Amino acid sequence: MGSESNIKLLDENGIRLDGRTPEQLRPIKIETNVLERADGSAYIEWGGNKIMVAVYGPREGYPKHTQDIEKAVVKARYNMAAFSVDERKRPGPDRRSVEISKVVSEALSSAIMVEQFPRAQIDVFIEVMQADAGTRIAGLTAASVAVASAGIPMRDMVVGCTAGKVEGKVVLDLSKEEDNFGQADLPMAVLSSSKKIVLIQMDGDLSLEEFDQASEMILKATDNIAEIQRNALTSRYSVESIGDGE
Amino acid sequence: MAEIKQIVMPGDLISEELGKPRNGVYKNSDGKYCSSYFGIIQKNEQGVDIVPFSGRYVPRRGDKVIGKVLEVGPSMWPIDINSTYNTLLHMNDTPWRTTSGDIKRFLGVGDYVYAKVMTLNEIKESWITLKDVGLRKLEGGHITSIPAPKVPRIIGKGGSMVNMIKDATNTRIVVGQNGLIWIDGTPEDVIEAIAAISIVEQEAHTVGLTDRMEKYLKERSVK
Repeated sequence: MGSESNIKLLDENGIRLDGRTPEQLRPIKIETNVLERADGSAYIEWGGNKIMVAVYGPREGYPKHTQDIEKAVVKARYNMAAFSVDERKRPGPDRRSVEISKVVSEALSSAIMVEQFPRAQIDVFIEVMQADAGTRIAGLTAASVAVASAGIPMRDMVVGCTAGKVEGKVVLDLSKEEDNFGQADLPMAVLSSSKKIVLIQMDGDLSLEEFDQASEMILKATDNIAEIQRNALTSRYSVESIGDGE
Repeated sequence: MAEIKQIVMPGDLISEELGKPRNGVYKNSDGKYCSSYFGIIQKNEQGVDIVPFSGRYVPRRGDKVIGKVLEVGPSMWPIDINSTYNTLLHMNDTPWRTTSGDIKRFLGVGDYVYAKVMTLNEIKESWITLKDVGLRKLEGGHITSIPAPKVPRIIGKGGSMVNMIKDATNTRIVVGQNGLIWIDGTPEDVIEAIAAISIVEQEAHTVGLTDRMEKYLKERSVK
């Protein structure tokens, strides 16, 4: 964040390195029920991010001391594959992935009706196969789809997006270069219809005005992303996808 | 071709006013009724229900379910019924005269039973019984499973769908409310029946399925 570089992230017309305008998202593609043995699953391609999510449960919580007698515990595990980044990532949980697992678990808990399943746990495995900035939000967006496809009761869908500051300008959905050499990164996730915030983090500095501008941009973008989630879930049940009875 | 029912997602508005709370519907902070599942809307005289596409079985008293024995205890068998929580079968709730200590003579690990949900309590513990007509240990046969919310479609109106599959494939079928299905017959017939069941499962959300299945099964029997 904020490291010196001579890369020009924005050209004189305000167009970004990958040709997007400041308020343009990267292409997003979500697919559901991609894994046979999981109760629910989703695969997301968000720009260069490629993430697989598997959901199991609700099932009895183990180890027993982690159970909550009042509600289900959501155990999300964010994991990056060794080959997901330019330089080999040392496999296994590290400080960063433990933190992301925690914030994603908490974001999902506020959407899932955990109080219906005392003593149970819901496992969410988020496997990043290719990382390209904004993986926590892409993972969470796909996780929400996977939880819904597992038939787990939820109050609302969780949908997220990032915004940030590059070369003094607020832009939506940072790419890898903008994340590495920009001045700020603001990932945010909301419940899709009530717009209540369930995840917000910030890296770098934003002024109050910039923060307002960024969060407004994100909220606007979540409507589009929510629509992509809806299409991903309903498309496999649409008329075209039904076999002709053979 | 096939018409489908209206699909909703978690958080979708169902109705402003609903009166009685219904399955799969919750009241949000604005007092409006929203869906809590990804599923289809089912309207009937009493109101609107949301039927999810998938999910675990939620035990209800009186349901007849198929369960798998997980363990043999001194006087009870913990049983997996495809729910979030395991259920228990006590030796006194079986038709066999048993004494504590040698109950594994009757049911061993991995055996399947067709049983009835007898009691449920607030902390989601449940007990099942084998003491009723038709309830038994399932011997031989083959087990297949579908998501529990789709069981009503497999059974059909008054058992029409399952009876049709039984007759057409010449098999014996027992459908548990929890989505486990026991099929007995020759291996070829069992494969036929499983194929038919998986079609019903995949097209459970479409309208006029029984008629299409009848056609499908007739074509199969001609071959």
